[in-house]
Amino acid sequence: MQALTSRARQVDRKPMTFIEKIYLWNIIKGMIITFKHIWKRKETVRYPEQKRPFSPVFRGLHILNRDAEGRENCTACGLCAVACPAEAITMEAAERKPGEEHLYREEKYAARYEINMLRCIFCGFCEEACPKDAIYLTETFAPANYKREGFIYGKQDLLIPAPGEKNKA
Amino acid sequence: MAEEKKLFKVKIDNISVEVEPGTTILNAARRIGGDIVPPAMCYYSKLQGSGGKCRTCLVKVTKGSEADPRPMPKLVASCRTTVMDGMEVANITSPEVQEARKGVVEFLLLNHPLDCPVCDQAGECHLQDLSYEHGADTTRYEFKRRTFDRIDIGDKIQLHMTRCILCYRCVFTADQLTEKREHGVLGRGEAAEIGTYIQQSLDNNFIGNVIDVCPVGALTDKTFRFKNRVWFLKPVDAHRQCEDPKCCGKTVLWMRGDEIFRVTARKDQYGEVEEWICDTCRFDKKDVKDWVIEGPRKIDRHSVISQGHYVGVHKPKDTLVEVLDGRQPKLLLDIHNISEVNRPEIDLSKIDGPAHSDDFNKK
Repeated sequence: MQALTSRARQVDRKPMTFIEKIYLWNIIKGMIITFKHIWKRKETVRYPEQKRPFSPVFRGLHILNRDAEGRENCTACGLCAVACPAEAITMEAAERKPGEEHLYREEKYAARYEINMLRCIFCGFCEEACPKDAIYLTETFAPANYKREGFIYGKQDLLIPAPGEKNKA
Repeated sequence: MAEEKKLFKVKIDNISVEVEPGTTILNAARRIGGDIVPPAMCYYSKLQGSGGKCRTCLVKVTKGSEADPRPMPKLVASCRTTVMDGMEVANITSPEVQEARKGVVEFLLLNHPLDCPVCDQAGECHLQDLSYEHGADTTRYEFKRRTFDRIDIGDKIQLHMTRCILCYRCVFTADQLTEKREHGVLGRGEAAEIGTYIQQSLDNNFIGNVIDVCPVGALTDKTFRFKNRVWFLKPVDAHRQCEDPKCCGKTVLWMRGDEIFRVTARKDQYGEVEEWICDTCRFDKKDVKDWVIEGPRKIDRHSVISQGHYVGVHKPKDTLVEVLDGRQPKLLLDIHNISEVNRPEIDLSKIDGPAHSDDFNKK
């Protein structure tokens, strides 16, 4: 039969010699490899004390942005939700009432805005789709949680605090 | 036997078609169909006298007719120019036309606020499509865009004068469809605007059709205002027995689940309504029980409205309950217990106007 590659070798079925039988040489060979690694550069980092730098394009937890006057940028246009490949974003829009101009930048705003972090794949398409510079992906991991309930992020979790407003969290 | 009518032979972008005398170039192109149909922002085949205002349908006539083969000296508006025998027209094959159309789009967008993220028309807006196809991505205009004092024209229709491109379609609709026109164009030139003059509310059973004819988001449905985006809704063909003899009762329901968010007339491929509907059907019948649903509406595959609409999906049979001897699988999380969105006690489609902060905060 023609071999498919030149690397194919016939298995040696000869009985083992005495040196091979006492097995010592093979153990020494293996230990040489093991001890060689003590002197090699380690690929891992000692995580809690030492942290790897994030890449500049790292995509982590989302935030909802405000403008310079502290008004919410989001107008609930739905482009992030339509761009989202995981269908993680849902929202409900409302009209701004007279007297709410200091809260919302445009006449329409997101009354409800939710990201399901269990569904989110952190692709950053929402950030790319946003025409109002409202949603950004930060350099923070979504924190772990014992319950699934904690992964449904509402507006109170996503909005950055308005200037002057103390961060309650 | 009546004398057989002589048909005119026209060539549009090297495609021949035979049409009756008196047909416009635009309608001859629509007979052929496809990419060669010039876009139209103001012309509306169901409204007499419409057309000739927006200039987006400009075409080049390379050969006037068989009798007089000289080309027309300038680009002509295809919605207003009738065909001649042996006429040859260039639309997409002429770079001059494309360049002119790009300029027209730039002019239309001069005063347009481009507030598409807020606008309810986004996703089905003809100006959006047109500027996407022909427009430049930046503006050269350095001055302030015109603004208007907001006029309240009734509790069902919302007027955003800044978005208006003055196509006059709504004025023709009101003139020809309703018994008494109450709104018109006031002012001249740059100051022209759609208004009801003394803030008189539009009150007529067919006036809701101005929402459908408006190519931009200047006239929108107040009962649908900010409720949802069109691409998250599912368009469904439906009909009902309407009491109004002039109303056909055939509509498109824009649904989400069992909620009807909006009712519109059925629109053809050129964005023109097939048959007019009355305001009772449009604004007051927001209950599934009022309608006989025929089936999902066919939407162009390239439209954003068709995103996420899976047609002909075969749902696999869930065998888990069978395997578990009738026990339901243990749910670790029911999203509806946690989510603040789509709460069943807040029925957005049943609120009259747009939702406000107090609608969401009520317990």
